Amino acid sequence: MSEAHGFAMPEITTERPWTTVAMRAARPDAARAAAPGTKLAVREVDFYYGRFQALHKVTLDVPEKQVTAFIGPSGCGKSTLLRVFNRMYELYPEQRVSGEVWLDSRNILDRRVDVNLLRATVGMVFQKPTPFPMSIYDNIAFGVKLYERLSRADMDARVEWALRKAALWDEVKDVLSRSGTRLSGGQQQRLCIARAIAVKPEVLLLDEPTSALDPISTAHIERLVSELKRDYTIVIVTHNMQQAARLSDWTAFMYLGELVEFDTTERIFTNPSVKQTEDYVTGRFG
Amino acid sequence: MPAMRSTAVYRRRRLVNVVTLSASALTMAFALAFLAWVLGTLFAYGFGGLSTRVFTEMTPPPGSSGGLLNAIAGSAALVAIGIAIGAPVGVLAGTYLAEFGARSWLAWAARFINDVLLSAPSIIIGLFVYTLLVVPVKHFSGWAGAVSLAIIALPVVVRTTEDMLRLVPASLREAAAALGAPRWKVVVLVAYRAARAGIITGVMLAVARVSGETAPLLFTALNNQFWSMELSRPVANLPVTIFQYAMSPYEDWHALAWAGALLITLGVLALNISARSLFHQRRGGE
Amino acid sequence: MISTEQPTIPGHAATIRRGSLQGLADAAFLRTTQGFAFLLLVTLLAIIASLVVGAWPALRRFGLGFVASTAWNPVTEEFGALVAIYGTLVTSAIAMVIGIPVSFGIALFITELCPRWLRRPLGIAVELLAGIPSIIYGMWGLFVFAPFMADHVQPRLNDTLGELPLVGALFQGPPMGIGMLTAGLILWIMVIPFISAVMRDVFEVVPPMLKESAYGVGATTWEVVSRVVLPYTRIGVIGGIMLGLGRALGETMAVTFVIGNAYQLSASLLMPGNTISAALANEFTEAVGDLYLSALIALGLILFLITFVVLAGARLLLARLARLEGKAA
Repeated sequence: MSEAHGFAMPEITTERPWTTVAMRAARPDAARAAAPGTKLAVREVDFYYGRFQALHKVTLDVPEKQVTAFIGPSGCGKSTLLRVFNRMYELYPEQRVSGEVWLDSRNILDRRVDVNLLRATVGMVFQKPTPFPMSIYDNIAFGVKLYERLSRADMDARVEWALRKAALWDEVKDVLSRSGTRLSGGQQQRLCIARAIAVKPEVLLLDEPTSALDPISTAHIERLVSELKRDYTIVIVTHNMQQAARLSDWTAFMYLGELVEFDTTERIFTNPSVKQTEDYVTGRFG
Repeated sequence: MPAMRSTAVYRRRRLVNVVTLSASALTMAFALAFLAWVLGTLFAYGFGGLSTRVFTEMTPPPGSSGGLLNAIAGSAALVAIGIAIGAPVGVLAGTYLAEFGARSWLAWAARFINDVLLSAPSIIIGLFVYTLLVVPVKHFSGWAGAVSLAIIALPVVVRTTEDMLRLVPASLREAAAALGAPRWKVVVLVAYRAARAGIITGVMLAVARVSGETAPLLFTALNNQFWSMELSRPVANLPVTIFQYAMSPYEDWHALAWAGALLITLGVLALNISARSLFHQRRGGE
Repeated sequence: MISTEQPTIPGHAATIRRGSLQGLADAAFLRTTQGFAFLLLVTLLAIIASLVVGAWPALRRFGLGFVASTAWNPVTEEFGALVAIYGTLVTSAIAMVIGIPVSFGIALFITELCPRWLRRPLGIAVELLAGIPSIIYGMWGLFVFAPFMADHVQPRLNDTLGELPLVGALFQGPPMGIGMLTAGLILWIMVIPFISAVMRDVFEVVPPMLKESAYGVGATTWEVVSRVVLPYTRIGVIGGIMLGLGRALGETMAVTFVIGNAYQLSASLLMPGNTISAALANEFTEAVGDLYLSALIALGLILFLITFVVLAGARLLLARLARLEGKAA
């Protein structure tokens, strides 16, 4: 279950200059009191939809290159928290956040951190597949073109690399110019994963990525997630407890906008310390 | 419960029902009959006046033979320029209403005014452009005609652009933003692409709308008996030619007017129908 | 598989500069679209301003009496708007009085009565009625409908309705074909598609549950429509009617052909008259003299104000309906 060797893996990714230059909001006392190996340090995050408070003082450390699952009943705030990590809420004027989220040594909630560069560093895959109305190739190239100027050959190589990573290459290599919207649901979702990793993020946010898929596609995606965690820090929101148990190293149980318990997945599912968590994971919930 | 026996009250209700529903069917038949009457007249007289000369010769003085070549070419030029001005302005304004103006007072006001302009009397638009562009230079001009057509096309394009962009699912925008795309690229590269069929439909409907417009051209482009593509001068156009010829006492002018009326109607209806089928086809296909 | 290693990223400098430019580009895009939205406001204000400026000489010369005077004499430069206003209101009234029930009947037929496969063709047919350019209605009115009225309808009106006390005066007159009644009837056909389209749309949003519960207690189709559907969609129906009225008031070409362009106030609907839009279409390009032009523009201003009030009312009602629906959903 715990893939501890993930920590030992050498740093593969090259330096990303934008994270050092544009995310200037770094502070010397960054990531205070965060456990070693923490990628995202969440500190006292409150979240509001208009007047409704959806998150209450959430604090937790998301470990690097592991899979962290957010579970809880619908409306508990797990997706909301996920959308804080790439500041997706900024698309909607009535949504507000307070608190701090430290990505390595930068507080990404600081307005001075460029939101677009942040999102290039923290990728996201949604509940429903969201292929753009363009070719499979262009779907992948779209995000890459936003930040890099690649030659045709380099772009071809990048597209192939991303599609291979997402275990989609063999199925689509002959139809790259076909519209992405014509793939099956499971293929579309893998296309979206490929699109997200083509930009080479450090963190991958998965918002119930299999809830709209059939069991076979779900198995596909789950296998993919366990492979991807070698290179990426993965946060997955799921309402499927078996999936959280199968996939994740760490699990956070949320309820009514509060973080009830956060621990290794093993402990959460076998020996939780809070009664509410136990009730939820054993299905005796409200 | 009473036995299932027909009472006097019930029979009366049945009678009222049958009478009113028959009246309703009658109104439908009535509308269809009028449609057939108008189109039938148009086809009968229009095909009678139609000949190759209509497309190859200039508008004649009364009593001699001629065609509508200059009027057709002038109309095409005025409509093309009007749409070239009105469509981009309309698409951008519609973009603001759909993408940025969720709750600003400007969006509210612009939407309201657009709805009013959508059904405002077109002759008023003609008066407005007359005082704006004709009075200062003291003569009628093709430019003034094109501008008045642009103002009439504008609200049609604004309305459809906004409606079509609103049909683009928010998840698609979020997916693009999640890759780090700045807002304008989300709109231009993804939302426009997803709404393309709908926006094109809107522009086609706008072309259909302005092609038959007569009233605003009366005081702006006026008309011209000769070949004229000089837009700073009065420009020949089909609707005003039809108006003048139909109101004249000459039989051969009447025949030309009917031929022109048939051409305009066929063009407008073909545009209307193909715009709608393009939209349905694309919506159904995706 | 190429390699598990992620490729390096060339062009770092460009990357950074583009990153900071994106903010500017975003702001520029927002401001551009906002500017064009603002242009809509400017257009409306400019229309009003230009009409007021153009109408000012006539309004100053004749004052408020302009709207109450039946004079229209370019030679003596005496102008009044009453005949044109009266004609505009009367022709629109004719169109609405018969247009509302007929549009209702069509909407009722399409939403409740006709088989499903017929809905789309019938809908398209009604839309075609709206798609035909107004000048075509005008020509048809002049060459076909007006003679038909003169030969078949107006003589009969004289003999029947014309004999009645009180309303008889409305239908007495020489059967000339052209005139206010003919213009109103053509407007009637033209407003049908607009009103029935809105009615159809709002009828379709009535929750099926509501209709089913009425059918469930044994109501007939007509009872369901008149007691449930119509009250439920009242606001939308009124909005659609006002939209149609706005169209009728401003319609120009169809009316110009058949109204007769006469400046006389006559009780009979069979007599020629004038409407604001027809007066503009007929006289504007030939008007000589500043006061004559100004008086015509003043007519335009009055027309714009009337239609603006009607259309604004229609839109506010329809917007209120949309809000109510949003709440219910």
